[in-house]
Amino acid sequence: MPKGMLLCESLTKVYRDSKGRKALDSVNFEVPSHGIFSLIGMNGAGKTTLVRILATQLEPTAGRATIDGLDVISDAKKIRERVACIPQEARTIPWMTPKQTVLSYLLWRGVGYDEAGRKATEALAEIGLESQVDLLNRRLSGGTKRKALVATVLSSEADIIFLDEPTTGLDPISRQELWTSLTKLAEHRFLILTTHYLEEAERLANVIGILHRGELVGIGNLDQLRSTLKYQYSLMITSETTLPAVRDGLVTKARTGQTQILTDESEAYDISRSLLEKGAKFSMSRVSLEDIFFHLVHRTGQGDSD
Amino acid sequence: MKAWGREVLASVLVNSIYEMKNYPVVLLNTVLSPLSFLIVITFVSKGQLIGEAIEGGFIMSMFQSGMSLQGDLSHLKNDFKLQDMVVSSPTTPSAYVTGMALGEIIYSLPALAVLTILAAIYIQPGLVESLELLAVFLLMFLGSVAMGFTLSTFSSDIVQSFAFSRLISTVFATLPPVYYPITYIPLPFRYAAYLSPTTYAGEIAQSSTGLIQLSVTDVFLAWTILLAVSIALLLVAVNKARWRDV
Repeated sequence: MPKGMLLCESLTKVYRDSKGRKALDSVNFEVPSHGIFSLIGMNGAGKTTLVRILATQLEPTAGRATIDGLDVISDAKKIRERVACIPQEARTIPWMTPKQTVLSYLLWRGVGYDEAGRKATEALAEIGLESQVDLLNRRLSGGTKRKALVATVLSSEADIIFLDEPTTGLDPISRQELWTSLTKLAEHRFLILTTHYLEEAERLANVIGILHRGELVGIGNLDQLRSTLKYQYSLMITSETTLPAVRDGLVTKARTGQTQILTDESEAYDISRSLLEKGAKFSMSRVSLEDIFFHLVHRTGQGDSD
Repeated sequence: MKAWGREVLASVLVNSIYEMKNYPVVLLNTVLSPLSFLIVITFVSKGQLIGEAIEGGFIMSMFQSGMSLQGDLSHLKNDFKLQDMVVSSPTTPSAYVTGMALGEIIYSLPALAVLTILAAIYIQPGLVESLELLAVFLLMFLGSVAMGFTLSTFSSDIVQSFAFSRLISTVFATLPPVYYPITYIPLPFRYAAYLSPTTYAGEIAQSSTGLIQLSVTDVFLAWTILLAVSIALLLVAVNKARWRDV
């Protein structure tokens, strides 16, 4: 059993009331158990199911998963000493304060009362809530409540942390602040993060897994994911202009309504020169995670399965 | 053991202390609920059934604690995803539930204190009777806690869960003869009353303090059934309650 790795072998989940539909369909992968591993996918893709199985909250129907050689079923007790999780729809309890929220969580992890109080104050300060530690959660904004939850796992000694859509509902500044905290956290711990924000995965993750309808359709770092595409460069043309001839590339209408050309590096420069001569407005970049995501998801069938 | 104690403390804090501290008004409900029946029965019987009503108040408090546990655990699990967070931690189900159950008892303490004062004035049980009453109330509590925990792990909807909790409380703690002797129930319905374990708890309590006369065989039978039901509920909780979802 590999140490220092997160491994899934033929991991499958069929919920009892799902009429046989597979929430996870024979998922196989192996990634290093350090840094940030981000799972992206549409609603119903299987992200939460995978996280819940790995965080020992849910039994798989078939297959197995190990973290650092520990099986999520047979070694659940050992894994639970090392993991902490903020579930997707977790909410702070309204009759508690952020400090009470973090303190009680630490007590559940076996930390002594005084130490838990001290760690709670520190974690809340780290996430920018030092002035709100003793306010009732029901009086806090949605983003602040979310931050208080994140502080629970930040304060813990867990070295494997699951965050299921942690930045949903946060304003852009709070999201940036949280990204900074997560990046810092990932220096010493393994973060498994699900998100709908592709930019978030692109910014934070060392390894990105793309799930679609229960299947893993792509996995790797950004360069590895790019290499699954035929074309590595994207030209986004923002002004009305006659398109130059494209020898080997893909011309599409981006979701923004702009014309997008996906092509290789040398042709991308040729087209750029031609567009510059015409005075057209455009941008050129390597293909983004968004391009890769849409390509991989469309390749395996469009539409949300929810 | 130290860690287990801290885990229990966390559950107690979350399920009672913090709520009582931050929302003290919730205490009123826990006091009024068991006492309201006691007052009604005492008035209707012109004071003749005050002893039975006090013991009924104890039984209802203990049983309702377990049933409230079902609603509260379900609420914390489904609305706040707290159970998922706790499952992914070193906490054991036993520590989580023990703390949550103790939290329910702490909630009931004001009502239990009032009932204890009333019992000291109107029933005046001796040491043996007090121990017997305590054993009955604890069994009632353990059985209802086991049932509450098991049901909460299966529930996925809080509205349904609270409705179910209220229904069980009414069927097992209000309708059966816990606030009055079973002889007040017409005979055909008496058989139905014996389907509820609270009926046996009421009989044992009333018999131990001399409020009703039962043969030794009947008392033995009542204890046997009460013990068997409590053990069965505990076994179901240990074997069937879901800590990790399936």
